[in-house]
Amino acid sequence: MIDWGRTCLITVTMLGGLLTLASLLIWVERRLLGIWQERCGPNRVGPGGILQPLADMIKMFTKEDWIPPFADKVVFVLTPAIVVVTTLMTFAVVPIAPGFIVADVNVGILFFLAMSSLAAYSVIVGGWASNSKFAFLGSLRATAQLISYEVFMGLSLMGTVALAGSFSLTDIVEAQRGLWFIVPQFLGFIIFFIAGLAETHRAPFDVPEAEAELVAGYHAEYSGMKFGMFFVGEYLSITLLSAMIVILFFGGWHGPVLPPVLWFLLKTSVFIALIILIRGTWPRLRFDQFLSFSWKVLIPLALINLVVTGGIVLARNG
Amino acid sequence: MATIVVDNRSYSVDERTNLLAACLGAGLNLPYFCWHPAMGSVGACRQCAVKQFKDEHDQRGRLVMACMTPASDGARISIDDPEAKAFRASVVEWLMVNHPHDCPVCDEGGECHLQDVTVMTGHAYRRYRFPKRTYHNQYLGPFIKHEMNRCIQCYRCVRFYRDYAGGRDLNVFGSHDAVYFGREQDGTLENEFSGNLVEVCPTGVFTDKTLFHHYTRKWDLQSAQSICPHCSLGCNTTLGERYGIVRRVVNRYNHQVNGYFLCDRGRFGYDYVNDDGRMRRALLRPKHDRVSQAKPEGVSEVLASAADRLRRARGIVGIGSPRASLEANVALRSLVGPDRFFLGIGERDHRLFSTILTILRTGPVPSASLREAEDSDAVLVLGEDLLNSAPRLALALLQSVRQQPMKRADELKIPRWDDAAVRNVVQGRRGPLFLAGYRRTWFHDYATENYFAAPDDIARLGFSVAQSIGTDSPSVPNLSKDVRDRAHRIAEALIRAERPLIVAGTVSGSQATIEAAANVAWALHLAGKHPRLSFVLPDCNSLGLAQLGGGILEDAFQSVRHRKADGVIVLENDLYRHADSAKADAFFDAAQTVIVIDSFDHRTTARADILLPAATFPESDGTLVNHEGRAQRFYQVFVPEGDITESWRWLRDLARMTSDPAEKLSGAAAWQTFDDAVSGTAEAVPEFAKIRAVAPPAGLRLIGQKIPRQPERYSGRTAMISHLTVHEPRPPHDPDTALAFSMEGHRGRMPSPLIPQFWAPGWNSNQALNKYQDEIGGPLREEMPGVRLIEPVATKAPLWFTRIPLPFRPAYRRWLLLPLTALFGSEELSNRSPAIAERISEPFISLHPSDATRLRLEEGTAIELALQGTTCRLAVRLESSTPPGTAGLSLMHEMGFAQLPTWVDLTESIKAERRVA
Amino acid sequence: MIVFAYTRDLLLGLWIVFKRTFTKPVTVQYPEERPYLPPRWRGRIVLTRDPDGEERCVACHLCAAVCPVDCIALQAAEDPTSYDRRYPEFFRINFSRCIYCGYCEEACPTYAIQLVPDFEQSEYARRNMVYEKEDLLISGTGKYPDYNFYRVAGVKIRDKDKGGAENERPPVDVKSLMP
Repeated sequence: MIDWGRTCLITVTMLGGLLTLASLLIWVERRLLGIWQERCGPNRVGPGGILQPLADMIKMFTKEDWIPPFADKVVFVLTPAIVVVTTLMTFAVVPIAPGFIVADVNVGILFFLAMSSLAAYSVIVGGWASNSKFAFLGSLRATAQLISYEVFMGLSLMGTVALAGSFSLTDIVEAQRGLWFIVPQFLGFIIFFIAGLAETHRAPFDVPEAEAELVAGYHAEYSGMKFGMFFVGEYLSITLLSAMIVILFFGGWHGPVLPPVLWFLLKTSVFIALIILIRGTWPRLRFDQFLSFSWKVLIPLALINLVVTGGIVLARNG
Repeated sequence: MATIVVDNRSYSVDERTNLLAACLGAGLNLPYFCWHPAMGSVGACRQCAVKQFKDEHDQRGRLVMACMTPASDGARISIDDPEAKAFRASVVEWLMVNHPHDCPVCDEGGECHLQDVTVMTGHAYRRYRFPKRTYHNQYLGPFIKHEMNRCIQCYRCVRFYRDYAGGRDLNVFGSHDAVYFGREQDGTLENEFSGNLVEVCPTGVFTDKTLFHHYTRKWDLQSAQSICPHCSLGCNTTLGERYGIVRRVVNRYNHQVNGYFLCDRGRFGYDYVNDDGRMRRALLRPKHDRVSQAKPEGVSEVLASAADRLRRARGIVGIGSPRASLEANVALRSLVGPDRFFLGIGERDHRLFSTILTILRTGPVPSASLREAEDSDAVLVLGEDLLNSAPRLALALLQSVRQQPMKRADELKIPRWDDAAVRNVVQGRRGPLFLAGYRRTWFHDYATENYFAAPDDIARLGFSVAQSIGTDSPSVPNLSKDVRDRAHRIAEALIRAERPLIVAGTVSGSQATIEAAANVAWALHLAGKHPRLSFVLPDCNSLGLAQLGGGILEDAFQSVRHRKADGVIVLENDLYRHADSAKADAFFDAAQTVIVIDSFDHRTTARADILLPAATFPESDGTLVNHEGRAQRFYQVFVPEGDITESWRWLRDLARMTSDPAEKLSGAAAWQTFDDAVSGTAEAVPEFAKIRAVAPPAGLRLIGQKIPRQPERYSGRTAMISHLTVHEPRPPHDPDTALAFSMEGHRGRMPSPLIPQFWAPGWNSNQALNKYQDEIGGPLREEMPGVRLIEPVATKAPLWFTRIPLPFRPAYRRWLLLPLTALFGSEELSNRSPAIAERISEPFISLHPSDATRLRLEEGTAIELALQGTTCRLAVRLESSTPPGTAGLSLMHEMGFAQLPTWVDLTESIKAERRVA
Repeated sequence: MIVFAYTRDLLLGLWIVFKRTFTKPVTVQYPEERPYLPPRWRGRIVLTRDPDGEERCVACHLCAAVCPVDCIALQAAEDPTSYDRRYPEFFRINFSRCIYCGYCEEACPTYAIQLVPDFEQSEYARRNMVYEKEDLLISGTGKYPDYNFYRVAGVKIRDKDKGGAENERPPVDVKSLMP
């Protein structure tokens, strides 16, 4: 039985919270990068610069919303929406605290994987619809990258699924009550983390939008709020990735003393910070090395991880 | 050819030159000061020192001056030898000891040979710590600025001015380290070629004063080839422009024409382009109201109104011009039709031009280029005052008198470039130069013999010279013994010569002198000589216009008077200069519509209903035919402001608007670019077929690029118009030529007409010219020196001119008024230049002293003379060279020579004068 | 094992960057705090005057020639009151093109054009970045207080005849025959 009122409330809270968080991340990322580069970052708008996202938003909204005359207009306009919608949809299956979930489906992981694959279309289609060479090159790279990383992203999670014995994210979190899966699934975590970074086009895997070579890659032609949506979509993806890591490997809301929601948010924040730190530290990979790394190293590792985990689980249960 | 070895590399050079010229011709950098390609070597500056070795085993060598050493076969020299380098560096250091610290305010800066050589030798640090020597400067007239402190005592100025150009008022004064190059006292430099001092001086002692008034560095000048429009010789010039103002004219080397030098009218006459009185807007007068001020209207309205009037006109007559390009004249001819196209010259000029054309077209003797004139070894000038009507030709003849005496130098095995030695051999000796005229100038001091007489007598002398040379030519009756002896002497000298030259001209208005010149040349030809003819014409395109053919002004007047036409288009012409003012007035009164295309206001524009502003020479492209029959191209240097457009484009537009819209455009109406105009012109007259080859077509691209008019260092591109707009519009497009109004494009070898200005790395001065020649003093690389349109016909027996005039007889109470041209004042365009205007002398009438006594006139008395409906006030000058019974009238710019010579009653005008008094 | 070495390096990198959390930023808070600009800082361009208070610029065009972005345009003219003293009739710098390379200052033979430590040249309209001579000319000597070109150069000006410059002999008497 679905409690509609409760579900609506959670949905609205999640939506509001997520969008606020995403825009706040704009400031957080710039601020953190600033600190780590011995700068200040944005510190002028509001106390400590916290209103910077607001200023950015005003700027974005008031900027000329330009659609290039050579673009495929309908697709061009639709694309930014796809990013945001697919990412937000995924949050429907994210258990933040016991009972704090929009839709506790029993195939949560599959839903997550499906949605992240859909999000890939935004990148591919956006670059295609822009009809310009840099955008097209960016989307070509994105396509190759997504095909490569989609494969073992799923594979790397199968160890966790095997351990938990369920595709439901709530069940997986519950299964970590004793031991976080980071311990048995360390390899899986590493592979998933890398794949997640690639999936969100974050440094050091941001080759599809490498500004040094491709201006801004697939969203080179986007301006105004359409660009803003790509921007927000990226921060939503970071949040989602961090949340998934916490859920799958770091025990979700489990933790002593503090209430589960806080634990969850705290753990997620740490990973968000880690992703930003990585961006501030590691240089971008060369595209061919990056692809061969995926096919030649990570997929075999993921398979090994799956086989070993499966074997152990079989042995224990058998 | 000789082979010399320079720094262990062998070069093949002409053995008749010196090592300096050979090295420069081989593209090597060797500094020099006193040597000049046209003036030879004197070895004064010691700057071109190189080390010469006996043979390949000689390691020590010895320092020699390259300019004083013949480029003999097998000579081994080293430019890079450390000792030679040190020597040259120390020479520059000595020269720079007293050089003032004023390059920033020196007009030579940036194109200074001294700067180039100082950099080339590596002298960078001043060690001399003692006070510098200084000089006072002199005022040298409106053309030349003097700054003696900068002098390095190379003596080039006096060698040019005195030895080459025959000047007397510039000299060296003082002694030891205080020699002074200047005049005895302040005053205008009198020589007609003083402007060349600007280019001859390797540093900034003599600089261009007209440039000084709107100074711009060489690297900031947008430049292109131009042809001097100020006389018929067609000297090549390079014009420089910036901010829409023509800044200066410099000589442009053309091996066949002007070589290294220009006259002062050509060099300083350019300022007419910058005149405030220029027409810049298309103007329209209210209908049939030629008194009120014409008002500027939009170009399209003016053109529409013009086309409307032309369409409604009963007929249109087109009046061409001898100072408009061939293309413009052909466009007019195409617009009005060949039978309604009139040449815009009077009957007298037409008759003279036709005679000249007949002589050149049908006779066996070719016309002489300026270079050939310089190389001729005996010259007879019949009736032309060259110094005033074709000065560059006079300069060429000044060199020709050295040709025969220099043979002695050849016998003594003194190379011709060894200037001081050659001059020692030549001393005062001069080759045959016979001048017959009616006015004495300093040029006559260089003549073997002078003959001052009325034009008819001059012609008789000519005919009798022809008779003395060859028996076939018609005999001259009633010859005095003096003339016969004279003719005999002249004939002998001409026969002895190898390359005799006969010069005549149109100034005197005498057809007989021209015919006599032809007879002399033909007689020489029959005698087996290789004579040349040179005819001086009044305007820059007189010969081209005559070749085009058409009616004369009087015919045009008649067709309007007989109501065959009532629309008139006048192309760049002041009819009052070519016709009687009463007739011209009647013509304009009878015409319903008068359209004038010209650049300036004059009496003809005052009678116009519609005025279209024409581009001047530096603002347009075109072809001119010079006195020799050589077609040459001038190029647009800059894009003018306002409505100013090339004349042919105005005429093209008129032709388009008046043509039937249903029909396909033909003739000038179909022209799009200048190349179309050239093709149209080439098809107009068979003789013009060759003008396509005068210069490269507009489609020429070198390595895919156009040729930039602006130098590489052209400055201010992003700031020149930023006070008007910061948006930096793209530079103007030039559809007409292979040149671009830009800094970008091909820089390298190119056909000579397209060279924007002479410059080479390390050679910022005009001496960079050496880098454009394979052989110094020879043709430029890829030279296109113009195309000779008229070549002689080898006929066995020429059609002798037999109309021999009767001897001139003074008349009682009446004097034959003869025109006197003036270098400054007679030419329409240059008069408008302030510097030239300063040199124009007061109008005068010259009389023989005996006549003056008869008239009871004294030197300096003012009389009033009515002529062609205008009355002018003239000062009387007594000159013994004026033949008795004639009077010389100095030409004022508003007056044409069309009606001269004519008989006037001077007693009348004197009476009128006395009444006024 | 090379994989461990790489991993260690990657993590070390992260650690080094992370340590910066605890260091003070080097940023200077510009409008409130102002950095020290050395006198030879290449900022806004000025035209200076010589110690006598006259314009130093003699319109030699060298700055315009050397300017790599061609943002200097000028025209030479003569001062009618002091013959031979050349000055720029107009002198225009298009600062919207200027790259502050300082070549003009290096080329200037009279120390007229100088770059000064002032970089605050922001404008809302590009045309306001076009400076004419009135905007450029200051009343002082700038960085070189003593130099006066006309006291060294050999040309004659209103109050200095030939031979009146530093280290010059009086003008030669051409008519003298003395050795």
